[in-house]
Amino acid sequence: MDIKVNVRDSEGDAYIVDLTGEIDVYTSPKVKDAITELIDQEHYNLVINLEKVRYIDSTGLGVLIGGLKRVREHGGSVNLVCTNPQIKKIFDITGLVKIFGIFDDEQSAMKALV
Amino acid sequence: MNPAVAPEETQGRVEVAIPARAEWVAVARLTVAAVASRLRFSIEEIEDIKLAIAEACTNAIQHGVATDTISIACEVTAADLRITVRDHGIGRLAPVDETGFKEDGRSEELGIFLIRALMDSVEYRVDSREGTELVMVKRVVG
Repeated sequence: MDIKVNVRDSEGDAYIVDLTGEIDVYTSPKVKDAITELIDQEHYNLVINLEKVRYIDSTGLGVLIGGLKRVREHGGSVNLVCTNPQIKKIFDITGLVKIFGIFDDEQSAMKALV
Repeated sequence: MNPAVAPEETQGRVEVAIPARAEWVAVARLTVAAVASRLRFSIEEIEDIKLAIAEACTNAIQHGVATDTISIACEVTAADLRITVRDHGIGRLAPVDETGFKEDGRSEELGIFLIRALMDSVEYRVDSREGTELVMVKRVVG
């Protein structure tokens, strides 16, 4: 079980974080480190691509929430790309759909950044 | 779901103990998923069970005091799957507002919220000598 994290820059000051694998209590620190590093470098507009994530638990959600809170303090935003129905369901039942912008494709997520 | 499995052949009990460390949670998750696949659960329901068991183990790891092992017992009947997660520490599975997760909430609150949302019943017991025990049940529908 592992998570692969790939960070890409995009148009403007937006950055895309591609995640592949499973995000749980073991792997979420790696995701947190990548997001924290971007924010520490003053990149506050992020798209986190979860298309290739097969599983996420509360620690993974906590990392995403933590990242969102930090970028919002600087007027930034975090949008998610998610097409996996099971993961969408987790965002839905936790009410996190109201907090994150969740999109079916990267282009839409980028466009919707503040 | 395996229609070839008769109800009496479905019944049984499986126990596993994992070290109370993050890298072992996936083993608990996959073990319970394998047990759940013996019943007539949908793939979505098995995913729900996997997440619930992972949340219970994660809570034990993060908040169990003096816990080095987590015991997981699965009791299988044709009607339901009863999973007992036990550690030897004092956990912190506080009841949370069931209307949804608050943005300023903590991930452990989110964890127990998810368990309650995904399983049909959840009981939580704390014993100062024995540790904590979480019993959750998923019923087979239809």
